[in-house]
Amino acid sequence: MQSKLKINNAEYHLDHDPRTSLLDALRNHLGLTGTKKGCDHGQCGACTILVNGRRINSCLTLACMHDGDEITTIEGIGTPDEMSDLQSTFIDHDAFQCGYCTPGQICSATAMLEEARQGWPSHVTDDLTQSADLSDAEISERMSGNLCRCSAYPNIVAAIRQMAGETQ
Amino acid sequence: MKTFTYSRAESQSDAVQSAQAGTAFIAGGTNLLDLMKLEVMTPDHLVDINHLDLKRIEETADGGLRIGALVSNSDLANDMRVRTSWPLLSQALLSGASGQLRNKATTGGNLLQRTRCYYFYDTDTPCNKRTPGSGCAAQGGFNRIHAIFGTSEACIATHPSDMAVALRALGAKVEILRNDGEVQKVPLGELYRFPGDNPEVETILHPGDLITHVLLPAPLGGTQIYRKVRDRASYAFALVSVAAIMRLQNGKISTARLAFGGVAPFPWRVPEVEDLIEGQAPSPALWTQAADLLLQDAKGQGSNDFKIPLLRRTLAAVLEQATNGADI
Repeated sequence: MQSKLKINNAEYHLDHDPRTSLLDALRNHLGLTGTKKGCDHGQCGACTILVNGRRINSCLTLACMHDGDEITTIEGIGTPDEMSDLQSTFIDHDAFQCGYCTPGQICSATAMLEEARQGWPSHVTDDLTQSADLSDAEISERMSGNLCRCSAYPNIVAAIRQMAGETQ
Repeated sequence: MKTFTYSRAESQSDAVQSAQAGTAFIAGGTNLLDLMKLEVMTPDHLVDINHLDLKRIEETADGGLRIGALVSNSDLANDMRVRTSWPLLSQALLSGASGQLRNKATTGGNLLQRTRCYYFYDTDTPCNKRTPGSGCAAQGGFNRIHAIFGTSEACIATHPSDMAVALRALGAKVEILRNDGEVQKVPLGELYRFPGDNPEVETILHPGDLITHVLLPAPLGGTQIYRKVRDRASYAFALVSVAAIMRLQNGKISTARLAFGGVAPFPWRVPEVEDLIEGQAPSPALWTQAADLLLQDAKGQGSNDFKIPLLRRTLAAVLEQATNGADI
Protein backbone atom coordinates (compact mmCIF):
# COMPACT_ATOMS: atom_id res chain seq x y z
CA MET A 1 0.00 0.00 0.00
CA GLN A 2 0.98 3.66 -0.38
CA SER A 3 1.40 6.26 2.33
CA LYS A 4 2.57 9.85 2.30
CA LEU A 5 4.46 10.85 5.42
CA LYS A 6 5.55 14.34 6.39
CA ILE A 7 8.71 13.95 8.43
CA ASN A 8 10.87 16.83 9.65
CA ASN A 9 9.13 19.11 7.13
CA ALA A 10 9.93 16.86 4.16
CA GLU A 11 7.43 14.67 2.30
CA TYR A 12 8.14 11.00 1.79
CA HIS A 13 6.19 8.56 -0.36
CA LEU A 14 6.19 5.06 0.94
CA ASP A 15 5.22 1.79 -0.73
CA HIS A 16 4.83 -0.65 2.11
CA ASP A 17 3.14 -3.64 3.69
CA PRO A 18 0.27 -2.60 6.02
CA ARG A 19 2.11 -4.30 8.88
CA THR A 20 4.97 -1.79 8.76
CA SER A 21 5.28 0.06 12.05
CA LEU A 22 6.06 3.75 11.89
CA LEU A 23 9.40 2.88 13.52
CA ASP A 24 10.30 0.37 10.80
CA ALA A 25 9.17 2.80 8.12
CA LEU A 26 11.53 5.45 9.50
CA ARG A 27 14.51 3.16 9.94
CA ASN A 28 14.22 0.54 7.22
CA HIS A 29 12.34 2.34 4.44
CA LEU A 30 13.47 5.93 4.81
CA GLY A 31 16.95 5.57 6.33
CA LEU A 32 16.12 7.75 9.32
CA THR A 33 18.02 5.57 11.75
CA GLY A 34 18.30 8.12 14.56
CA THR A 35 15.12 6.67 16.02
CA LYS A 36 16.11 3.46 17.82
CA LYS A 37 14.40 0.12 18.20
CA GLY A 38 14.67 -1.22 21.74
CA CYS A 39 11.92 -3.53 22.92
CA ASP A 40 9.53 -2.97 19.98
CA HIS A 41 6.64 -3.27 22.49
CA GLY A 42 6.23 0.22 23.95
CA GLN A 43 8.08 -0.55 27.15
CA CYS A 44 11.46 1.17 26.72
CA GLY A 45 10.82 4.48 24.91
CA ALA A 46 13.90 4.24 22.63
CA CYS A 47 11.63 4.76 19.60
CA THR A 48 9.99 7.93 20.92
CA ILE A 49 9.17 10.50 18.24
CA LEU A 50 6.77 13.44 17.99
CA VAL A 51 3.55 13.24 16.01
CA ASN A 52 1.73 16.57 15.70
CA GLY A 53 3.94 17.80 18.55
CA ARG A 54 3.15 14.95 20.92
CA ARG A 55 5.53 12.20 21.99
CA ILE A 56 4.53 8.64 21.12
CA ASN A 57 6.16 5.22 20.81
CA SER A 58 6.72 4.78 17.07
CA CYS A 59 6.91 0.99 17.49
CA LEU A 60 3.26 0.78 18.55
CA THR A 61 1.69 2.51 15.60
CA LEU A 62 1.41 1.70 11.91
CA ALA A 63 2.95 3.87 9.23
CA CYS A 64 -0.33 3.80 7.28
CA MET A 65 -2.14 5.46 10.20
CA HIS A 66 -0.03 8.62 9.88
CA ASP A 67 -0.76 9.77 6.36
CA GLY A 68 -0.88 13.56 6.66
CA ASP A 69 0.49 13.84 10.21
CA GLU A 70 3.46 16.08 11.11
CA ILE A 71 6.20 13.76 12.30
CA THR A 72 9.39 14.94 14.02
CA THR A 73 12.28 12.56 14.66
CA ILE A 74 15.61 13.19 16.37
CA GLU A 75 17.00 14.20 12.93
CA GLY A 76 14.50 17.07 12.95
CA ILE A 77 15.35 18.18 16.47
CA GLY A 78 19.05 18.86 15.94
CA THR A 79 22.18 17.89 14.04
CA PRO A 80 25.77 17.36 15.25
CA ASP A 81 26.61 20.86 14.01
CA GLU A 82 23.42 22.48 15.18
CA MET A 83 22.17 20.81 18.30
CA SER A 84 19.01 21.77 20.11
CA ASP A 85 19.46 23.41 23.50
CA LEU A 86 18.32 20.22 25.19
CA GLN A 87 20.89 18.16 23.26
CA SER A 88 23.67 20.53 24.36
CA THR A 89 22.44 20.29 27.91
CA PHE A 90 22.61 16.48 27.74
CA ILE A 91 26.26 16.80 26.70
CA ASP A 92 26.99 19.35 29.45
CA HIS A 93 25.59 16.95 32.04
CA ASP A 94 27.04 13.76 30.54
CA ALA A 95 23.46 12.48 30.45
CA PHE A 96 24.21 9.18 28.73
CA GLN A 97 26.68 6.35 28.56
CA CYS A 98 26.14 4.09 25.53
CA GLY A 99 23.77 6.61 23.94
CA TYR A 100 21.29 4.12 22.52
CA CYS A 101 18.31 5.46 24.48
CA THR A 102 19.36 9.10 23.99
CA PRO A 103 17.36 9.98 20.84
CA GLY A 104 14.25 8.70 22.58
CA GLN A 105 15.14 10.55 25.78
CA ILE A 106 15.67 13.79 23.85
CA CYS A 107 12.44 13.50 21.85
CA SER A 108 10.51 12.53 24.96
CA ALA A 109 11.95 15.33 27.10
CA THR A 110 11.44 17.90 24.34
CA ALA A 111 7.72 17.08 24.30
CA MET A 112 7.53 16.68 28.07
CA LEU A 113 8.87 20.19 28.65
CA GLU A 114 6.16 21.51 26.35
CA GLU A 115 3.51 19.49 28.23
CA ALA A 116 4.72 21.04 31.49
CA ARG A 117 4.63 24.52 29.92
CA GLN A 118 1.01 23.86 28.99
CA GLY A 119 0.26 23.01 32.62
CA TRP A 120 -0.26 19.25 32.32
CA PRO A 121 -0.22 17.58 35.75
CA SER A 122 1.39 14.23 36.52
CA HIS A 123 0.82 11.34 38.91
CA VAL A 124 3.03 13.06 41.52
CA THR A 125 1.43 16.52 41.22
CA ASP A 126 -0.19 17.39 44.56
CA ASP A 127 -2.82 19.79 43.28
CA LEU A 128 -4.30 18.66 39.97
CA THR A 129 -5.82 22.07 39.32
CA GLN A 130 -2.44 23.85 39.34
CA SER A 131 0.63 23.75 37.11
CA ALA A 132 3.52 21.91 38.72
CA ASP A 133 7.14 23.03 38.90
CA LEU A 134 9.43 20.42 37.42
CA SER A 135 11.01 19.00 40.55
CA ASP A 136 13.22 15.92 40.25
CA ALA A 137 10.23 13.79 41.30
CA GLU A 138 8.10 15.39 38.56
CA ILE A 139 10.82 14.86 35.94
CA SER A 140 11.34 11.22 36.91
CA GLU A 141 7.62 10.50 36.82
CA ARG A 142 7.08 12.25 33.50
CA MET A 143 10.09 10.48 31.94
CA SER A 144 9.25 7.00 33.26
CA GLY A 145 8.43 5.79 29.74
CA ASN A 146 12.10 6.10 28.77
CA LEU A 147 14.44 3.46 30.15
CA CYS A 148 18.22 3.82 30.29
CA ARG A 149 19.90 0.48 30.87
CA CYS A 150 23.20 2.24 31.61
CA SER A 151 21.20 3.97 34.34
CA ALA A 152 22.32 7.49 33.51
CA TYR A 153 19.13 8.71 35.17
CA PRO A 154 20.71 11.19 37.65
CA ASN A 155 22.39 13.07 34.81
CA ILE A 156 19.36 12.84 32.53
CA VAL A 157 17.23 14.37 35.28
CA ALA A 158 19.88 17.05 35.89
CA ALA A 159 19.98 17.98 32.19
CA ILE A 160 16.21 18.23 31.96
CA ARG A 161 16.05 20.16 35.24
CA GLN A 162 18.45 22.75 33.83
CA MET A 163 16.37 23.09 30.65
CA ALA A 164 13.18 23.40 32.69
CA GLY A 165 14.77 26.14 34.79
CA GLU A 166 15.91 28.05 31.73
CA THR A 167 12.58 27.96 29.98
CA GLN A 168 10.22 28.63 32.86
CA MET B 1 2.72 -10.46 12.59
CA LYS B 2 0.02 -12.12 10.47
CA THR B 3 -1.04 -10.29 7.36
CA PHE B 4 -4.18 -8.17 7.37
CA THR B 5 -5.97 -5.71 5.17
CA TYR B 6 -6.46 -2.11 6.23
CA SER B 7 -9.12 0.51 5.65
CA ARG B 8 -10.02 3.88 7.09
CA ALA B 9 -13.54 4.54 8.31
CA GLU B 10 -14.89 7.94 7.30
CA SER B 11 -18.02 7.80 9.49
CA GLN B 12 -19.35 5.83 12.43
CA SER B 13 -21.86 3.99 10.25
CA ASP B 14 -19.08 3.25 7.77
CA ALA B 15 -17.02 1.80 10.64
CA VAL B 16 -19.68 -0.53 12.02
CA GLN B 17 -20.81 -1.63 8.57
CA SER B 18 -17.30 -2.46 7.38
CA ALA B 19 -16.66 -4.68 10.39
CA GLN B 20 -17.24 -8.41 10.30
CA ALA B 21 -16.01 -11.36 12.32
CA GLY B 22 -12.21 -11.16 12.21
CA THR B 23 -12.23 -7.37 11.95
CA ALA B 24 -10.67 -5.20 14.64
CA PHE B 25 -11.10 -1.46 15.05
CA ILE B 26 -7.80 0.30 15.59
CA ALA B 27 -7.61 3.62 17.45
CA GLY B 28 -4.47 4.26 19.52
CA GLY B 29 -3.31 0.73 18.78
CA THR B 30 -0.92 0.59 21.73
CA ASN B 31 -2.35 -2.67 23.06
CA LEU B 32 -3.69 -4.16 19.82
CA LEU B 33 -0.43 -3.85 17.87
CA ASP B 34 1.56 -5.19 20.80
CA LEU B 35 -0.66 -8.28 20.79
CA MET B 36 -0.60 -8.56 16.99
CA LYS B 37 3.20 -8.58 16.98
CA LEU B 38 3.11 -11.56 19.32
CA GLU B 39 0.28 -13.16 17.27
CA VAL B 40 -1.90 -13.27 20.36
CA MET B 41 -4.44 -11.32 18.32
CA THR B 42 -4.63 -12.02 14.61
CA PRO B 43 -7.32 -9.88 12.96
CA ASP B 44 -7.84 -10.33 9.20
CA HIS B 45 -8.83 -6.72 8.73
CA LEU B 46 -8.17 -3.47 10.57
CA VAL B 47 -10.61 -0.58 10.37
CA ASP B 48 -8.79 2.61 11.36
CA ILE B 49 -11.30 4.74 13.27
CA ASN B 50 -8.93 7.60 14.08
CA HIS B 51 -10.64 9.95 11.65
CA LEU B 52 -14.08 9.73 13.22
CA ASP B 53 -15.47 12.78 14.96
CA LEU B 54 -15.16 11.33 18.47
CA LYS B 55 -12.41 13.50 19.94
CA ARG B 56 -14.47 16.00 21.90
CA ILE B 57 -15.40 16.29 25.57
CA GLU B 58 -18.85 17.86 25.75
CA GLU B 59 -20.86 19.07 28.73
CA THR B 60 -24.25 17.41 29.06
CA ALA B 61 -27.55 18.98 30.16
CA ASP B 62 -27.46 17.12 33.49
CA GLY B 63 -24.09 18.59 34.46
CA GLY B 64 -22.02 15.63 33.33
CA LEU B 65 -19.58 15.05 30.48
CA ARG B 66 -19.87 13.13 27.22
CA ILE B 67 -16.39 11.96 26.33
CA GLY B 68 -15.66 10.89 22.77
CA ALA B 69 -14.17 7.41 22.51
CA LEU B 70 -11.13 8.79 20.64
CA VAL B 71 -10.21 11.36 23.30
CA SER B 72 -6.67 10.41 24.29
CA ASN B 73 -5.88 9.43 27.86
CA SER B 74 -3.66 12.55 28.05
CA ASP B 75 -6.36 14.91 26.87
CA LEU B 76 -8.90 13.41 29.27
CA ALA B 77 -6.52 13.52 32.25
CA ASN B 78 -5.54 17.12 31.43
CA ASP B 79 -9.00 18.52 30.81
CA MET B 80 -9.47 21.20 33.48
CA ARG B 81 -13.14 20.24 33.98
CA VAL B 82 -12.09 16.68 34.75
CA ARG B 83 -9.19 17.79 36.96
CA THR B 84 -11.51 20.04 38.94
CA SER B 85 -14.79 18.14 39.15
CA TRP B 86 -13.93 14.47 38.53
CA PRO B 87 -10.35 14.40 39.91
CA LEU B 88 -10.60 10.65 40.56
CA LEU B 89 -10.54 10.13 36.79
CA SER B 90 -7.48 12.33 36.24
CA GLN B 91 -5.66 10.62 39.09
CA ALA B 92 -6.38 7.17 37.69
CA LEU B 93 -5.37 8.11 34.15
CA LEU B 94 -2.14 9.75 35.29
CA SER B 95 -1.22 6.66 37.33
CA GLY B 96 -1.35 4.47 34.22
CA ALA B 97 1.20 3.74 31.48
CA SER B 98 3.70 6.41 30.34
CA GLY B 99 3.48 9.86 28.80
CA GLN B 100 4.01 8.40 25.33
CA LEU B 101 1.32 5.75 25.74
CA ARG B 102 -1.23 8.13 27.26
CA ASN B 103 -0.83 10.39 24.23
CA LYS B 104 -1.86 7.53 21.93
CA ALA B 105 -4.21 5.45 24.05
CA THR B 106 -7.88 6.37 23.74
CA THR B 107 -10.85 6.37 26.09
CA GLY B 108 -12.62 3.56 24.23
CA GLY B 109 -9.47 1.53 23.75
CA ASN B 110 -8.49 1.78 27.39
CA LEU B 111 -11.80 0.14 28.36
CA LEU B 112 -11.21 -2.70 25.90
CA GLN B 113 -7.54 -3.39 26.58
CA ARG B 114 -6.69 -7.01 27.24
CA THR B 115 -5.27 -8.64 30.34
CA ARG B 116 -1.50 -8.65 30.96
CA CYS B 117 -1.59 -12.29 32.17
CA TYR B 118 1.84 -13.69 31.22
CA TYR B 119 0.30 -16.83 29.77
CA PHE B 120 -2.19 -14.93 27.61
CA TYR B 121 0.85 -13.25 26.04
CA ASP B 122 2.87 -16.47 25.65
CA THR B 123 1.57 -18.43 22.68
CA ASP B 124 3.59 -21.49 23.74
CA THR B 125 1.41 -22.00 26.81
CA PRO B 126 -2.26 -22.96 27.26
CA CYS B 127 -4.68 -20.07 27.71
CA ASN B 128 -8.46 -20.34 27.48
CA LYS B 129 -8.77 -16.62 26.76
CA ARG B 130 -6.37 -16.74 23.81
CA THR B 131 -7.10 -20.28 22.58
CA PRO B 132 -10.48 -21.42 23.94
CA GLY B 133 -10.39 -24.91 25.44
CA SER B 134 -6.60 -25.09 25.71
CA GLY B 135 -6.49 -24.75 29.50
CA CYS B 136 -5.17 -22.18 31.97
CA ALA B 137 -1.46 -22.18 32.73
CA ALA B 138 -1.87 -19.42 35.33
CA GLN B 139 -3.61 -21.78 37.74
CA GLY B 140 -0.76 -23.63 39.38
CA GLY B 141 1.69 -21.34 37.58
CA PHE B 142 3.04 -17.88 38.32
CA ASN B 143 -0.06 -15.95 39.29
CA ARG B 144 0.97 -13.11 41.55
CA ILE B 145 -0.70 -10.52 39.27
CA HIS B 146 -3.93 -12.49 38.96
CA ALA B 147 -7.47 -12.02 40.24
CA ILE B 148 -8.98 -12.78 43.64
CA PHE B 149 -12.58 -11.99 42.65
CA GLY B 150 -14.82 -13.12 39.80
CA THR B 151 -12.55 -15.88 38.53
CA SER B 152 -13.67 -19.16 36.96
CA GLU B 153 -12.12 -22.55 36.44
CA ALA B 154 -11.27 -21.40 32.94
CA CYS B 155 -9.60 -18.05 33.72
CA ILE B 156 -8.15 -16.01 36.59
CA ALA B 157 -6.96 -12.99 34.60
CA THR B 158 -7.42 -9.38 35.69
CA HIS B 159 -8.50 -6.33 33.73
CA PRO B 160 -5.50 -3.99 33.73
CA SER B 161 -7.12 -0.54 33.38
CA ASP B 162 -6.85 2.18 36.00
CA MET B 163 -9.17 4.55 34.11
CA ALA B 164 -12.01 2.01 34.12
CA VAL B 165 -11.76 1.60 37.90
CA ALA B 166 -12.28 5.33 38.40
CA LEU B 167 -15.11 5.38 35.86
CA ARG B 168 -16.88 2.54 37.66
CA ALA B 169 -16.71 4.39 40.97
CA LEU B 170 -17.95 7.57 39.26
CA GLY B 171 -20.99 5.74 37.85
CA ALA B 172 -20.02 6.20 34.19
CA LYS B 173 -21.98 4.75 31.30
CA VAL B 174 -20.73 3.59 27.92
CA GLU B 175 -22.49 4.64 24.74
CA ILE B 176 -22.35 1.94 22.09
CA LEU B 177 -23.26 2.11 18.42
CA ARG B 178 -24.42 -1.40 17.67
CA ASN B 179 -23.61 -3.08 14.41
CA ASP B 180 -27.31 -2.83 13.40
CA GLY B 181 -27.35 0.96 13.98
CA GLU B 182 -28.99 0.93 17.43
CA VAL B 183 -27.47 3.23 20.07
CA GLN B 184 -27.28 1.77 23.56
CA LYS B 185 -26.11 3.25 26.87
CA VAL B 186 -25.00 0.78 29.51
CA PRO B 187 -23.43 1.25 32.96
CA LEU B 188 -19.72 0.48 32.73
CA GLY B 189 -20.07 -2.55 34.99
CA GLU B 190 -22.51 -4.09 32.51
CA LEU B 191 -20.08 -3.73 29.60
CA TYR B 192 -17.96 -6.56 30.98
CA ARG B 193 -18.77 -10.26 31.38
CA PHE B 194 -17.58 -12.74 33.96
CA PRO B 195 -15.11 -15.19 32.39
CA GLY B 196 -17.19 -18.30 33.17
CA ASP B 197 -16.58 -21.01 30.59
CA ASN B 198 -15.84 -18.48 27.83
CA PRO B 199 -13.12 -16.12 29.01
CA GLU B 200 -12.40 -15.16 25.39
CA VAL B 201 -15.68 -13.19 25.42
CA GLU B 202 -14.90 -10.24 27.67
CA THR B 203 -17.68 -7.76 26.94
CA ILE B 204 -21.24 -7.55 25.66
CA LEU B 205 -19.94 -6.11 22.37
CA HIS B 206 -20.54 -8.07 19.18
CA PRO B 207 -18.32 -7.84 16.10
CA GLY B 208 -18.83 -4.41 14.60
CA ASP B 209 -20.20 -2.79 17.76
CA LEU B 210 -18.37 0.47 18.45
CA ILE B 211 -17.96 2.31 21.75
CA THR B 212 -18.57 5.93 20.74
CA HIS B 213 -18.65 7.78 24.08
CA VAL B 214 -18.26 7.51 27.79
CA LEU B 215 -20.86 9.38 29.83
CA LEU B 216 -19.94 10.86 33.20
CA PRO B 217 -22.79 11.84 35.53
CA ALA B 218 -22.75 15.20 37.31
CA PRO B 219 -19.86 15.63 39.77
CA LEU B 220 -20.28 13.82 43.08
CA GLY B 221 -17.92 16.18 44.93
CA GLY B 222 -16.48 14.91 48.19
CA THR B 223 -12.96 13.63 48.57
CA GLN B 224 -11.78 11.56 45.64
CA ILE B 225 -8.75 9.28 45.91
CA TYR B 226 -7.24 6.77 43.49
CA ARG B 227 -4.62 4.73 45.31
CA LYS B 228 -2.56 2.36 43.19
CA VAL B 229 -0.17 -0.17 44.73
CA ARG B 230 2.39 -1.61 42.35
CA ASP B 231 5.87 -3.12 42.11
CA ARG B 232 7.54 0.19 41.21
CA ALA B 233 6.60 3.82 41.62
CA SER B 234 5.75 4.52 37.97
CA TYR B 235 4.87 2.81 34.71
CA ALA B 236 3.59 -0.46 36.17
CA PHE B 237 0.20 -2.12 36.40
CA ALA B 238 -1.70 -2.19 39.68
CA LEU B 239 -1.31 -5.13 42.02
CA VAL B 240 -4.34 -3.65 43.74
CA SER B 241 -5.96 -0.27 43.42
CA VAL B 242 -8.76 1.47 45.27
CA ALA B 243 -10.90 4.27 43.85
CA ALA B 244 -12.90 6.10 46.48
CA ILE B 245 -15.37 8.97 46.55
CA MET B 246 -16.36 9.89 50.10
CA ARG B 247 -18.58 12.66 51.43
CA LEU B 248 -19.08 13.48 55.08
CA GLN B 249 -22.02 15.29 56.64
CA ASN B 250 -22.36 16.01 60.36
CA GLY B 251 -19.59 13.57 61.17
CA LYS B 252 -21.18 10.70 59.23
CA ILE B 253 -20.40 9.31 55.80
CA SER B 254 -23.17 10.50 53.50
CA THR B 255 -21.82 9.12 50.24
CA ALA B 256 -19.41 6.25 49.60
CA ARG B 257 -18.45 5.03 46.15
CA LEU B 258 -15.72 2.42 45.86
CA ALA B 259 -14.19 0.44 43.01
CA PHE B 260 -11.19 -1.85 42.94
CA GLY B 261 -8.58 -2.62 40.29
CA GLY B 262 -6.01 -5.36 39.77
CA VAL B 263 -8.18 -7.90 41.54
CA ALA B 264 -10.91 -9.02 39.12
CA PRO B 265 -11.71 -9.61 35.44
CA PHE B 266 -13.19 -6.11 35.32
CA PRO B 267 -13.28 -3.06 37.61
CA TRP B 268 -14.78 -4.49 40.77
CA ARG B 269 -17.54 -2.82 42.75
CA VAL B 270 -19.51 -4.21 45.68
CA PRO B 271 -22.48 -1.94 46.48
CA GLU B 272 -23.06 -3.74 49.80
CA VAL B 273 -19.74 -2.36 51.06
CA GLU B 274 -20.84 1.17 50.17
CA ASP B 275 -24.21 0.58 51.88
CA LEU B 276 -22.43 -0.65 55.00
CA ILE B 277 -20.31 2.49 55.24
CA GLU B 278 -22.93 5.11 54.40
CA GLY B 279 -24.63 6.63 57.42
CA GLN B 280 -21.82 5.56 59.76
CA ALA B 281 -19.16 7.62 61.48
CA PRO B 282 -15.63 6.99 60.18
CA SER B 283 -13.64 4.60 62.37
CA PRO B 284 -10.97 1.93 62.00
CA ALA B 285 -13.53 -0.64 63.18
CA LEU B 286 -15.79 0.35 60.27
CA TRP B 287 -12.94 -0.06 57.81
CA THR B 288 -12.38 -3.57 59.18
CA GLN B 289 -16.06 -4.41 58.71
CA ALA B 290 -15.96 -3.01 55.17
CA ALA B 291 -12.87 -5.05 54.32
CA ASP B 292 -14.41 -8.20 55.84
CA LEU B 293 -17.48 -7.77 53.64
CA LEU B 294 -15.45 -6.92 50.52
CA LEU B 295 -13.10 -9.86 50.96
CA GLN B 296 -15.53 -12.54 52.12
CA ASP B 297 -15.52 -14.19 48.69
CA ALA B 298 -11.89 -13.45 47.81
CA LYS B 299 -9.92 -16.43 46.62
CA GLY B 300 -6.14 -16.49 46.34
CA GLN B 301 -4.40 -18.62 43.74
CA GLY B 302 -1.10 -19.17 45.55
CA SER B 303 1.34 -16.50 44.44
CA ASN B 304 -1.33 -13.79 44.65
CA ASP B 305 -2.56 -14.65 48.16
CA PHE B 306 -0.84 -11.46 49.33
CA LYS B 307 -3.45 -9.40 47.46
CA ILE B 308 -6.09 -10.22 50.08
CA PRO B 309 -4.31 -8.56 53.03
CA LEU B 310 -2.89 -5.90 50.69
CA LEU B 311 -6.37 -4.92 49.52
CA ARG B 312 -7.60 -4.91 53.13
CA ARG B 313 -4.85 -2.50 54.17
CA THR B 314 -5.12 -0.33 51.06
CA LEU B 315 -8.88 0.03 51.53
CA ALA B 316 -8.43 1.03 55.19
CA ALA B 317 -5.70 3.53 54.28
CA VAL B 318 -7.82 5.13 51.55
CA LEU B 319 -10.98 5.30 53.69
CA GLU B 320 -9.01 6.85 56.54
CA GLN B 321 -7.37 9.40 54.24
CA ALA B 322 -10.67 10.23 52.54
CA THR B 323 -12.50 10.90 55.80
CA ASN B 324 -9.70 12.39 57.82
CA GLY B 325 -10.78 15.97 57.47
CA ALA B 326 -13.60 18.38 57.98
CA ASP B 327 -17.10 17.73 56.64
CA ILE B 328 -17.14 18.12 52.89
